[in-house]
Parts: sequence; structure tokens; C-alpha cells
Amino acid sequence: MPPDIEAIAAQVFVALADPSRRSVLAALASGGPATATDLADRLPITRQAIAKHLTRLAEAGLVTAEPGERRRVRYRLRSAPMQVAQQFLAALARDWDGPLEALQAHLDKGGHDE
Amino acid sequence: MGFPDRIERIVEIAHPPATVWAAITTAEGLSSWFGNEATIDLRPGGSAGMTWTDGQTADMRIERVEEPAVFGFTWHIYGLPDDDLRRTYVEFTLEPVGAGTRLTVVETGFAQLPQDAHQKAFGGNTEGWASELGELVDHLDAA
Repeated sequence: MPPDIEAIAAQVFVALADPSRRSVLAALASGGPATATDLADRLPITRQAIAKHLTRLAEAGLVTAEPGERRRVRYRLRSAPMQVAQQFLAALARDWDGPLEALQAHLDKGGHDE
Repeated sequence: MGFPDRIERIVEIAHPPATVWAAITTAEGLSSWFGNEATIDLRPGGSAGMTWTDGQTADMRIERVEEPAVFGFTWHIYGLPDDDLRRTYVEFTLEPVGAGTRLTVVETGFAQLPQDAHQKAFGGNTEGWASELGELVDHLDAA
């Protein structure tokens, strides 16, 4: 079954639209896998709110839950959906208008016609 | 709304196809409007590269050379990791229009997702770095 890559990208963008979820994802990206308690120590967000966000992020496939120490659930960022979102952004970030204007300006400077 | 796979631009240029062709397929041409420096081995399978003064680089693999009408190459998708094999395909098409040229540039492949990436994006591959780091630890522990 072909996966819907747009749906994957949409999940990423929805997650990133919220400042708290963004900081949770950023903390996992910079510091590696962490429990809700670890994250609550590092972020100005309550542990309860972090746990709720992590559950939603896990449902969306953006983080995975895994067994951590002392039977705590540890969360790990999944890079694959982020790369799908990045492809979407790559298309938006690709600038052809600038280079094509530069090409026209270069040719119009003259002296290139044969 | 769809996932943007294809970008297309058409520009009318007041110079004949031969002039435009030289501007997009020679190192001298490319370095005067696209990159700051350019190299090119103009043949299918040949390599081309551009560098910019801000440190950016582009490595292109040339796919189509049909002077003076079609020039195509692939390059890396900006923003994806360097070891990601996905590339977009860029094709310039030059058509004579009066004394000038209609230049079309089409870039496709932003929405591609090869088989191995399906697995990574959607399959149960939650191992990733965990297993690789685990292997490293095992390796070091064994030493």
C-alpha cells in the first residue's frame, strides 16, 4: 500500500506548529532519547503536559516509546518523518526565479550573441 | 493541495538558443549567473559542480545533452542528509521563438520516496541509531 507522504509531512507540520511540542521535539533532537520526567527537568513545561504531548507525538509516529531505566518509558525522535517534511520544504525553498532572472540579466549584458 | 513534486518555470529570453545553451552548459556560462564557480564535463554521465561564496556546493550528474535543445541533470535534494540517495531531476528545454528562446526549466522528484525510505518512514524500523550505537558499545566492550 503506497503511503501518503503528504499525510506524513502534515503530521510533522502540525506537531511543529505548537511551541510546546516544538520544544519537546527540539529537546529530543539535541539531547537524544528522554523520559517525560527528564524533559520536565529541562523545559518550562509541566510533566503532565509533556506526557500528553509525547503520547500524541507517538501516535503520529514522530517519536517512539521504548522501555527505559526503572520501568520508565523513554521517547526517541524518529527522523524519517522529518525527512519527508524536509522534502516538502525543499520544494518550497528551491529558488528558480532568482537564478533565471540572473541568467536573463547576464545575457542582456550583451556580447554573448553569436 | 498536493505534495509539491514538480517545479516549472518558463522564461522568454531575447537571445537565440545557441547563446542560452552556452550560458547553461559551460563552466564560464554557469559561473556567470548560477554559481560563483562551476565545472562541467558535458556528456551524459558526466559530472558538474558549482560552488558559491557562502560555502554552498552543488554536485550534478548530467543525464541529457541534446544541443541546443535539452540539458538535464540530477542533483541532491537540498536539506536531506548527504548520504540520502534521493535526487531531483532538472531539465532545461530550449525552443527558438523568433530571434529569441523560450527556456523551460522543470525540476521533479521532491515527492519521491524509494523503497528503503518507505521502510524507514513508515515501517517498524525503530532501531536506527539505537541498534547502531548498541553495536558500537558491544564492539567496544568486546575489545
